[in-house]
Amino acid sequence: MGKGILVFAEQEEGKVRKVTFEILSEAKKIADKKGEQLCAVCLGKDIAGLGDKFAPYGADKVYLVDHETLGQYTSDAYAKALTDLIIKEQPSIVLFGATINGKDLSAKVAARVSAGLASDCTEMKLDDSGNFCVRRPIYAGKVLADVGFQNTDIIMASIRPNVLIASEPDTSKTAEIESIIPEISADNIKVKVLEVVKASAGKVDLTEAEIIVSGGRGMKGPENYKMLDELAEVIGATVGASRAAVDAGWKDISDQVGQTGKVVSPNLYIACGISGAIQHYAGMGTSKVIVAINKDEEAPIFSKCDYGVVDDLFRIIPPLTEELKKMMAD
Amino acid sequence: MNSIVCLKQVPDTEALIRVKSDGSEVVLDNVKFIINPYDEFGIEEALLQKEKSGSGSVTLVCLGPQRCVESIRTGLAMGADKAVHLDDSAFEGSDALSTAKSLAAQIKSMEYDIIFCGRQAIDDDQAQVGVALAEYLNLPHAALVTKVEVADDKKSITVNRQIVGGEEIIEMPVPCVITAQKGLNEPRYASLPGIMKAKKKELKPVKVADIGLDANEVGATGSKTISLNYSSPPARTAAKIIGGESPEEKAKNLAKALREEAKAI
Repeated sequence: MGKGILVFAEQEEGKVRKVTFEILSEAKKIADKKGEQLCAVCLGKDIAGLGDKFAPYGADKVYLVDHETLGQYTSDAYAKALTDLIIKEQPSIVLFGATINGKDLSAKVAARVSAGLASDCTEMKLDDSGNFCVRRPIYAGKVLADVGFQNTDIIMASIRPNVLIASEPDTSKTAEIESIIPEISADNIKVKVLEVVKASAGKVDLTEAEIIVSGGRGMKGPENYKMLDELAEVIGATVGASRAAVDAGWKDISDQVGQTGKVVSPNLYIACGISGAIQHYAGMGTSKVIVAINKDEEAPIFSKCDYGVVDDLFRIIPPLTEELKKMMAD
Repeated sequence: MNSIVCLKQVPDTEALIRVKSDGSEVVLDNVKFIINPYDEFGIEEALLQKEKSGSGSVTLVCLGPQRCVESIRTGLAMGADKAVHLDDSAFEGSDALSTAKSLAAQIKSMEYDIIFCGRQAIDDDQAQVGVALAEYLNLPHAALVTKVEVADDKKSITVNRQIVGGEEIIEMPVPCVITAQKGLNEPRYASLPGIMKAKKKELKPVKVADIGLDANEVGATGSKTISLNYSSPPARTAAKIIGGESPEEKAKNLAKALREEAKAI
């Protein structure tokens, strides 16, 4: 049986994903209870500058795995580097953010090292007997499953972003830093990245957004999303869409929130002209505060949100944007 | 092109899912079952690629109980050529990685260029099977794929896949595994002649012993994760309706509630 908790610290272009700090903060409590070390492992190219980012959130040790093949995420290179570290260090628990890359990498590595894996968890803890267990939404959030592990030396879980709370960073803390040059050869990498197309630079992804403004069928057409863009700009939100709006061709599929789109968990979700079908709710039901603006007072969304405005969204959003602009300026 | 499509049967997205009062299981009585929507994109893509190349076959592989036959027949009616059904009580309770291992044990003796899986099943929402299947078969994979182009020599493929904040285009050799994301295509409906033909297509039932695994290696005993308890998420209560004489006043009251009461802005 291995020892220690290892957290996959995800970075992109030198910026560490917030979910990493959320996981470290919560994992620290578990590591303390178990009396084990909390380690972070960061993979990338030229990442020496990231070494001091993790101790403030509880990491006792940081592995920096630096290699030219790790600059751009590929399952092959990342899995090779991470597997080698896991085999060498034998951690008892390995945690990932349930991001696109985190879910991909965790499934591949878990299969390779014969670990047990639970994806997209919203809680993790030690039970009364000291066994690690997680809670995860299934059936798109209609049910919560408590999951335990058996017959395995290594437990793995990926944790949904924006659900656990990152602690206040304590910058007085330091961690031991170990730089690793991984053994990755051309034979290890079967896939080749030809091109990366970023939708819009600097835009916060829906899955990591603190605030989401989402528009549905009630938006009436793609041209009207400009109104949501303006509101989003004022409050630092990312714009999402319902399936109806995506199927109508008004917004891209990558903007879709719901059971067959992205599952999001922001602090604030503002649903504009969205009726609140069960499939949409499945994708945003764990948001902390949900606001619905819809002129149909019978819309199902009003029965499961925090604040409702029954009115024409075209008459509410412009003054709301103005009002919030004034407020943000204060 | 010879393709394999992994198919899972799941409750319809509209289905109301209940939890047994003692938390021991999820109640699926009277639930309508469908092909996992992401797997349907996989079936469609396999059919499109076969049509484009003018030769080859599409084989469905499904692990699940007897009721899955209905979904397998639907896939055959869409146009798949034949199917393999891993149907054995020993598989009951398999977690995602155990399922992937069983699928790999079946698929390793089959001939194929591309294996299509859905990006995740909409019941367990793990997003593990496709990726792990590739690993067990020692194949490259691409997850969350929205476009597939097969090279002229059919030895490699180029795919577009979703990444955070955009997409990337990657190339990989065949054989390989693709997990299908929404946007890949528009799945066709089964036609009436298709439904008639499907009844005569080969649907081979397979037991654990047939794929060279021991009953203890699969199902709940062979899985490394176990469900301890199920519960319903806390219900959100009805909305507090923001009042006001005019839209402007409602907007103002909402902004105020969000800042002062909800402290969300």
